[in-house]
Amino acid sequence: MAAAMPLALLVLLLLGPGGWCLAEPPRDSLREELVITPLPSGDVAATFQFRTRWDSELQREGVSHYRLFPKALGQLISKYSLRELHLSFTQGFWRTRYWGPPFLQAPSVWINLGRSSVMSSQGSSAPLSTSSTPPTQSLPLPPSNPWVWPMTLTTTFCAMLCCRGRWSAPKTSPPGRSSCPVVPRASLISFHLLQAGLSVLLKADRLFHTSYHSQAVHIRPVCRNARCTSISWELRQTLSVVFDAFITGQGKKDWSLFRMFSRTLTEPCPLASESRVYVDITTYNQDNETLEVHPPPTTTYQDVILGTRKTYAIYDLLDTAMINNSRNLNIQLKWKRPPENEAPPVPFLHAQRYVSGYGLQKGELSTLLYNTHPYRAFPVLLLDTVPWYLRLYVHTLTITSKGKENKPSYIHYQPAQDRLQPHLLEMLIQLPANSVTKVSIQFERALLKWTEYTPDPNHGFYVSPSVLSALVPSMVAAKPVDWEESPLFNSLFPVSDGSNYFVRLYTEPLLVNLPTPDFSMPYNVICLTCTVVAVCYGSFYNLLTRTFHIEEPRTGGLAKRLANLIRRARGVPPL
Amino acid sequence: MGLLSDPVRRRALARLVLRLNAPLCVLSYVAGIAWFLALVFPPLTQRTYMSENAMGSTMVEEQFAGGDRARAFARDFAAHRKKSGALPVAWLERTMRSVGLEVYTQSFSRKLPFPDETHERYMVSGTNVYGILRAPRAASTESLVLTVPCGSDSTNSQAVGLLLALAAHFRGQIYWAKDIVFLVTEHDLLGTEAWLEAYHDVNVTGMQSSPLQGRAGAIQAAVALELSSDVVTSLDVAVEGLNGQLPNLDLLNLFQTFCQKGGLLCTLQGKLQPEDWTSLDGPLQGLQTLLLMVLRQASGRPHGSHGLFLRYRVEALTLRGINSFRQYKYDLVAVGKALEGMFRKLNHLLERLHQSFFLYLLPGLSRFVSIGLYMPAVGFLLLVLGLKALELWMQLHEAGMGLEEPGGAPGPSVPLPPSQAMGLALYVLPVLGQHVATQHFPVAEAEAVVLTLLAIYAAGLALPHNTHRVVSTQAPDRGWMALKLVALIYLALQLGCIALTNFSLGFLLATTMVPTAALAKPHGPRTLYAALLVLTSPAATLLGSLFLWRELQEAPLSLAEGWQLFLAALAQGVLEHHTYGALLFPLLSLGLYPCWLLFWNVLFWK
Repeated sequence: MAAAMPLALLVLLLLGPGGWCLAEPPRDSLREELVITPLPSGDVAATFQFRTRWDSELQREGVSHYRLFPKALGQLISKYSLRELHLSFTQGFWRTRYWGPPFLQAPSVWINLGRSSVMSSQGSSAPLSTSSTPPTQSLPLPPSNPWVWPMTLTTTFCAMLCCRGRWSAPKTSPPGRSSCPVVPRASLISFHLLQAGLSVLLKADRLFHTSYHSQAVHIRPVCRNARCTSISWELRQTLSVVFDAFITGQGKKDWSLFRMFSRTLTEPCPLASESRVYVDITTYNQDNETLEVHPPPTTTYQDVILGTRKTYAIYDLLDTAMINNSRNLNIQLKWKRPPENEAPPVPFLHAQRYVSGYGLQKGELSTLLYNTHPYRAFPVLLLDTVPWYLRLYVHTLTITSKGKENKPSYIHYQPAQDRLQPHLLEMLIQLPANSVTKVSIQFERALLKWTEYTPDPNHGFYVSPSVLSALVPSMVAAKPVDWEESPLFNSLFPVSDGSNYFVRLYTEPLLVNLPTPDFSMPYNVICLTCTVVAVCYGSFYNLLTRTFHIEEPRTGGLAKRLANLIRRARGVPPL
Repeated sequence: MGLLSDPVRRRALARLVLRLNAPLCVLSYVAGIAWFLALVFPPLTQRTYMSENAMGSTMVEEQFAGGDRARAFARDFAAHRKKSGALPVAWLERTMRSVGLEVYTQSFSRKLPFPDETHERYMVSGTNVYGILRAPRAASTESLVLTVPCGSDSTNSQAVGLLLALAAHFRGQIYWAKDIVFLVTEHDLLGTEAWLEAYHDVNVTGMQSSPLQGRAGAIQAAVALELSSDVVTSLDVAVEGLNGQLPNLDLLNLFQTFCQKGGLLCTLQGKLQPEDWTSLDGPLQGLQTLLLMVLRQASGRPHGSHGLFLRYRVEALTLRGINSFRQYKYDLVAVGKALEGMFRKLNHLLERLHQSFFLYLLPGLSRFVSIGLYMPAVGFLLLVLGLKALELWMQLHEAGMGLEEPGGAPGPSVPLPPSQAMGLALYVLPVLGQHVATQHFPVAEAEAVVLTLLAIYAAGLALPHNTHRVVSTQAPDRGWMALKLVALIYLALQLGCIALTNFSLGFLLATTMVPTAALAKPHGPRTLYAALLVLTSPAATLLGSLFLWRELQEAPLSLAEGWQLFLAALAQGVLEHHTYGALLFPLLSLGLYPCWLLFWNVLFWK
C-alpha cells in the first residue's frame, strides 16, 4: 500500500563528522541547486540536487577522515570496491502525458551496482542511459550471494528492498552490471537533514502533500583531469516532487515558495560552494509573456532541455544582495493571463500499460505506445521483465500500429525459470508518425505453492513497469525555424545536433491477481478428502473386487449348535 | 457401505425404497420447502458482521458538505441534457475538468438483435464520460469506481450532481491511496457494459466502442448511484447482478454500517428492516424480502449497473434513492456523507474484498443465510428425483431379469434428439427468423421474436405424436420407464448444476418442476397430469413468478397486465442474453425446455 508506506527524507548525512581544519584546501565540495518547473498541466515540479564531490581515491587509500562525504557510503564503496551505485525511491507515478517527459527517470526503485570501469569523462551523459556507458570487461560481483546487496543497502538506507529471484541484466546493458530494474514495492523509513541552505525547504509535511515524490542517490567516480589519471567520487542526492496545483493553490496556478513549502529561503548553506535556485520561465506560446516572477531575476540562462528551448531565471543565494534586501527570498510566479482550461500539450512519446481480460486463468499484458509527432517515426526500445508466475505465451505476441502488423526489428527473449528468474522481453519497435502502437502478449496465471504467497495474496502481485528508451525528435526541431531572425549560416547546417533527445519512460506497474486459495481451507479440505477417500474408496474397492455368492441362510443359532453338539456326542449325524 | 456389498441387506433396502417410495418422495419435497421457509428464523439466519479488518470500524469523519453544489450541478446537468436531448458530453467534460479530474470520453455503438420496446431503442450509440482522480504518490495500480448510469429519460440528474460534488470534495483530500474513477454512462447498462469491456479490453457482447485513453489499474470496488430527487426518504440497495452473481457481503455490510451511522433509512428489495426477529412478525416480513431476492436473483438480469461489474470480479452494488410519502427526508448531504464514508473505507482496503461470503441470501439488511444453510433445501428437492430414479431403475432391473434385451430396439433414446432440436430451434430461430416473420405477418420485430418463441414452445407439445411412429411397441412399459429414468437424471443434473451457481434459479425451478416430473407417467388421469405439467413448464414458472413478484411488492397484477408483462419479460430475456450475456435464456431453451419435453413424451407414451 502506497499510503501506508512509511517514508521520509533521504537527503542524508549532509553533516559529516567534519572538522573545520581549513589549513589545507578542502578536497571536497558541495553544490546545491533547486530547479522549479511549472508543468504543462499547471502543477509545479521542484527538483533539489545536492552534489558532493570528493577528490579522494577511496578504494586505494585507506581513508578514515570524512568531511562532507557521508562515511557510511564511503565505507560501502571501499569495502565492496563499488564502482557505481544508483538507487532511487519513488512514490507516485510520473504522468508523462500531463507532465511532459520526466527529468529524473526513475521507477519505484532502481538499483544499479556497476562494476564497469571508471566513467570515461566527466561530461558523460546520464549513467542510466544504455547508449553512452562503455562496456568493459565483466567481473563477478564481490559478494557472491545476491542477497548481500539488498541487505547492505537496506541497512544503510533504512529501506526494505525485496527482490524476488535473481537480479537480471538486460542484453542491451553493458556486462558486469547487476541491476534489479524495479522493485515495485519498497518501504523506506526515516532520515536526517541539515537545516540550512536549500534544505530549509525540505519540510516533511509539505513534501508529503505532493502528487509525486522521488529521491535518489547516485554515486560514481569522475575523472579529475582530461587524461583521467586520478579520480574523484561524486555523490548526487536528488529529490524531486510535484506539487498538485489543485490542492496547493486552491485551483489557481500561481505559486510561491511559501505556498509550496510553507518556508522561504533565508540563507545559503555555509558548507556549499554554490547554492542556486533556477526557475523555468519559458513561455509556452510565443506571442507574449504569460509569466511573471518576483523578485525579478538578476540573470537568466537558456538551454535546450528535453528537446525544448527553456529559459531559467537564476537566483544565487551566495549573492548577498539577494537575501539581504528582505531577509528572506520568497520566489513567486504569477500567470499574467490565466492559462485556459485547455488540454495541455501532449509529449511526443508516452505510454500506457494494462492487464486485459477477466477471470483467474488467463490474461493479456497490453502496452500502448503513443507517438504523437505529426510526421516523424522513431524507434523505441521496449524492455519488459515479467515475473515467472505469469507464464507468457510468446507466440501470442502481437504488435499492431494503425491496424497493421508492426514487425519489430529486434527481439530478445529470455524465458523465465520457475522461482529463479523472470521473463525478459526486449524489442526494438518502429513507431510510425502520429500513431498508437499496441504491444500485447497473453499469459496464464500460475498457481503458486501455498507457502509462496505473500501475506496479502488477495492484494494481487505486482508486475514491474516496462521500460521505454527512445531518441525522441525534439520540439525545437519540429518547430519552424525563424529564418529571418537567425544568422544566414544556419542554412549551411540544416540538421542541428539537438534534433533528438534521449528519453527513458516507465509505464505504470500492474497489479495482477493470481488464483488464490482460501488459506483457511487446506485443513478442511484435508479432513474432508481423507474422510471421503476412507469411506468411499474402501467400500467401492470391496464392491468391485469381490465376487458375491448367495449364502444358504443359516437357520437357528445357538440352539442348533447345541443340538448338534449333543448329536455328535450321541454319534448321530448333525442337523 | 457394507449395506451395498451385502446382497441380502441390499435387497431389503431396495424393497424399502420401492415400497415407501411415494411417502419418501412427499416427505423429501415437503422437507425441502419447509427448510427453505425455515431459513428466515433466527437459528438459520444470522446477524451480518464485518469480516474485513481494514473496514472494521466506521471511524472516519465525513466532511462532505457540498449539498448546494450538488443541486446546482444537477440543475445545470438537467438543463443541458434537456437542451441537447442526449448526454451533455461537452458540459460534463468541462465540469469534471474544472473540479480537477483527468477527463476522458468513450464512444460506443451497438445494434441490438431486435428493437427493445421497453427502452425504445434499437441502434444505440452514445458516449461515456469519465474522470479519474489520481491518488497522490500512488502509481495507479488500484482504483474505485463511482458510476451513474443515465438512461434516455431525464432521470438520475441528481445522481450526476452528487457525483460531481463528491468528485470536487474528494479532489481536495490528500488521503487517497487508490485512484477514483467517476463514470457517467449513457444508455444506462449498455454504456456501462461498453465501458467495462473497453476497460478490460475484451469483447464479450459484440459492442463497438472506442478504446479507452485513460485507465486506473485494477478496479477494487464499484458503487452505482441512482437518484432522481433532491431529497430522499430512503436508500434502497440492490445486490443481485448478472446471472445471479452477488457482491461480497462485506460491501453490503459497509453500506449498512454507514446507513446506521448517518441515521439513513435503508431498505432492501424496497422493504424496511424488521426489528424484532424473535416473534413471528419479523421472520414473516423477512420471508417476503427473501422471496423477492430469490425471484430477482433467479431472473439472472443485472438489477442496476453494478451487476455488470461482477463479471470482472469487481465487488459492486447499486444505491437507489427512493422518494416516497414518508415524512422525514434526507438531503443529498446525507447520501453524500454515506458515500464518502464508504469510499474512504474502501480506500483503506489492503486486499480485494474476499473475507466475507460471496454466496448468501438476505432476509433483511442485517441478516443473512449462508450457503451451508440454504443448500439442504434444494438438496431435499433433488432427492425426490433421485428416489424416483432409483425406483424406476429397480423396476426396470426386476422387469429385465426375465426377458432378454430386444436387440437394437430404438427404445427410450428416440425422443431425445428431437427435443434437443426443439430447444435449439427455440434458442436460434426467434432472432434469426424475425425478418421472415415481419415480412409475412403484420407484426413488428420485437413482437415477431416473442410470438415465434411462444409458437416454437407450443409446437414442442406436438412432439410425442411425431416420435411415436418410430418407437417400436415392444415392451411398452420399459420404454417409458427408461425414458423417464433418463429424463429424471438429466433434470436432476441440470438443477444441481444451476443450484450451485445460482441457488435461487435452481430452487425455483426445482420447486415447480420436481413434483410433476416425479408424477409423470402414461397411465392414470392423463389430462390432469398434462395440465399439471403445462402449469409447471419453464414458461409457466416465469409467468407465475411475475405474478408472485408483483404480489410481494404489493402491486398485484391483473391477468391482462400479467400477460403483457410476461411478453415483455420474454423479449427482455432474449435481449439481455445478447447484450449482456445473461445465461437464463440459453439455459431454459437449451437445457430445461428439452428436458421438460422428455417428461411430456413420457406422459403421452403409447
